[in-house]
Amino acid sequence: MALLTNFYAFLFYFAAFVLVAGLTRKIIQYAVTPAPLKIPTTPAPTTRWGVVLRMVREVVLFESLFRGNKWTWIFGWTFHFGLFLVTLRHLRYFIEPVPFPIQLIQPFGIYGGIAMVIGLAGLWSRRFLVDRLRYISAPSDHLMLALLLGIGCTGLLMKFAFHVDVVEIKTFFQGLYRYDIQPLPADPLLLLHLLLVALLMIIFPFSKLLHAPGLFFSPTRNQVDNPREQRHLAPWAKRLEH
Amino acid sequence: MAKDTFAVPELTPYTEIPKIQPGVMAHSAPFKAKEEFQTPLGYPGELVEDWQQKAIAKMGELLGKYRSLRVYLDACVKCGACTDKCHYFLGTSDPKNMPVGRQDLMRKVYRRYFTLAGKLFPKLVGAVDLTEEVLNDWYSYYHQCSQCRRCSVFCPYGIDTAEISMAAREIMDSIGVGQKYCNEIIGKVYKVGNNLGLPGPALRDTLQGLEEDVYDATGVRVRYPIDEEGAEILLVTPSADFFAEPHIDGLIGYGKVFHEAGVSWTLSSYASEAANFGMFIGSYENMRRIALRIREAALQLKVKRIIFGECGHAWRVAYSFLNTLAGPWDFLDPRYPVPQHICEFTYDLIQQGKLTFDKSENDDKVITFHDSCNVARASRMGNVPGGQFEIPRAIIRATCNHFYDMDEDTIRDRTFCCGGGGGLLTDDLMELRVKGAKPRMDALNNVMQEKGVTHMAAICAICKTQFSKVLPYYGMEMDQVLSLHQLVSNAIVLTRRTADDDEAQDGLDDED
Ligand code: SF4
Ligand code: SF4
Repeated sequence: MALLTNFYAFLFYFAAFVLVAGLTRKIIQYAVTPAPLKIPTTPAPTTRWGVVLRMVREVVLFESLFRGNKWTWIFGWTFHFGLFLVTLRHLRYFIEPVPFPIQLIQPFGIYGGIAMVIGLAGLWSRRFLVDRLRYISAPSDHLMLALLLGIGCTGLLMKFAFHVDVVEIKTFFQGLYRYDIQPLPADPLLLLHLLLVALLMIIFPFSKLLHAPGLFFSPTRNQVDNPREQRHLAPWAKRLEH
Repeated sequence: MAKDTFAVPELTPYTEIPKIQPGVMAHSAPFKAKEEFQTPLGYPGELVEDWQQKAIAKMGELLGKYRSLRVYLDACVKCGACTDKCHYFLGTSDPKNMPVGRQDLMRKVYRRYFTLAGKLFPKLVGAVDLTEEVLNDWYSYYHQCSQCRRCSVFCPYGIDTAEISMAAREIMDSIGVGQKYCNEIIGKVYKVGNNLGLPGPALRDTLQGLEEDVYDATGVRVRYPIDEEGAEILLVTPSADFFAEPHIDGLIGYGKVFHEAGVSWTLSSYASEAANFGMFIGSYENMRRIALRIREAALQLKVKRIIFGECGHAWRVAYSFLNTLAGPWDFLDPRYPVPQHICEFTYDLIQQGKLTFDKSENDDKVITFHDSCNVARASRMGNVPGGQFEIPRAIIRATCNHFYDMDEDTIRDRTFCCGGGGGLLTDDLMELRVKGAKPRMDALNNVMQEKGVTHMAAICAICKTQFSKVLPYYGMEMDQVLSLHQLVSNAIVLTRRTADDDEAQDGLDDED
């Protein structure tokens, strides 16, 4: 059993490292790459504050997707919002003491889990049913959905069918913080759930999941529409001037 | 010209999303630029020896220079929201004309050479080597994108396929695979000053002719000056305005508006072109070189303001990029934005009550308005977001009694491209142009049936040229497309008289 526990402990250290280092690297890369021209998709806000509002609407409501495709919006938003609730619910495994809002959110987290699975199933079926989506899907697009669906289903199964000892799980993760490896319950469903989560963390910085940080760096969405008022010059373009 | 060998799509009440037909447009590619058109722009004359390596290197360079490219190649989740948004897909059914399909042509190469996943597991993530076959696809399909940015409106991350098309064209140019139409035109700007290659004397003749025509028609001496040092306003307009229908009616209209405003203005024979095809080929350097001509002309003629005529992408380059490319403009009058659009100028005068219109002059027409892509989705007019939609409509309402918009889903920021933008306005791409126009034609046909619309006004030289050519394919008349300032020109009541008129008037009085 120690072997298994040690393996998972190592796996999560590794996954957390890859996730953080990989994302940091990508975010730095996005941030240092200049945007030489003003290219907001108009009608665009003319103030910083307006851009912040536009961004909030994109992140919270998926505004552009709503205009783009209602089915994808319904399933995509359901999935992401469900995932958000689930993540909040899971915070209780990682924080001690558990803050009051997180205690409150617990039952909603379960609905979130169900919503997440429904959303993913909807998104995946569209990949088969709509010829245009079938055409643009690579194997990795299917696998990504399979991975997330696997995580959601194993999680729900643990909740509704095969209970596991949540106290021990919490002890395990709390132990990781202190390099004090505590035994992990050898429950196959749990092990599968955790394995998939670790896998997701590892591929995150190398996959299309980069859409999450990418959105914040998208010049069509994050630029202020004020090119006549303010000169906008990238460092490499400045060098052309002399 | 060769006889057309393609079937013109049937118009439908709603533009339906077609079933995909892979490869049906693979044959559509513009003529390649020969050496004589490539070298003046700083590109090799033909496909270079180690083109594959060079292309990858160029791609790496652009990835480091353009955040848009870098983020957009990473961020797409293949959600499909853009798949049915491109007029070229809707008109041709070719899935590589779906915006994401078009992006993927570059994305799969990007993944292969620039991402870990693509290097290790190419099949899994759909990564491929840059082969000749892929290059051919690039050449076909990156020249089936009018860079209209409709796709970017609907993408949850704002992914702008135009940015990717531009980068692809820049990469291809850098290995010697250029598009003839664009590169030849840019060469003409460098050599003669405008896209059409009209030299100064020809411009002067044309403008003199215009003055006479307007005098004959109105009895008022409206001036159409060129190269007049010390004029207040420099007007930069697409060269099509100098000679082609319906563009020239727009130019006549600008002159009348300036006349009524009582301002001095001039054109420039050196910067006799508003269009900047440097944008279409994604070349910052060429775009900058063309833009700098306007700066030089402004300095030379000692003007105080710059105003652009009716052209979509020219306005994008002017509004969004001119300050970047050729600024700062601190030698101009700071009370006015640099540059201004002629519609902003006319609209301001209307607001101030300085123009008088006889709307009944346009009563023979029922008008609709075509929002040009680059104006709608890549620029602005006035000082509030969306001014680019409201100002032209306000001008139409001020000058016409009968105006109806097309279907909401096909106007403003959802507007459909005319089908000829992005440097695709060339006869060798006729099939693409006709098929790509279908969504716009559907919407136009609907308001013609339902509201009795007879004419469509536009504020883009490319739109006007494209529609004149394509309307007949759909059973409509080429003169159903108009310049917006043609409506102004028809309805404007000329009141201000110049010294010349007074003399003429005196002459008449004497005869009595
Ligand atoms: S809408 Fe955006 S994210 Fe979705 S498939 Fe198109 S480009 Fe990709
Ligand atoms: S920019 Fe316009 S033409 Fe190009 S892919 Fe997008 S919708 Fe199509």
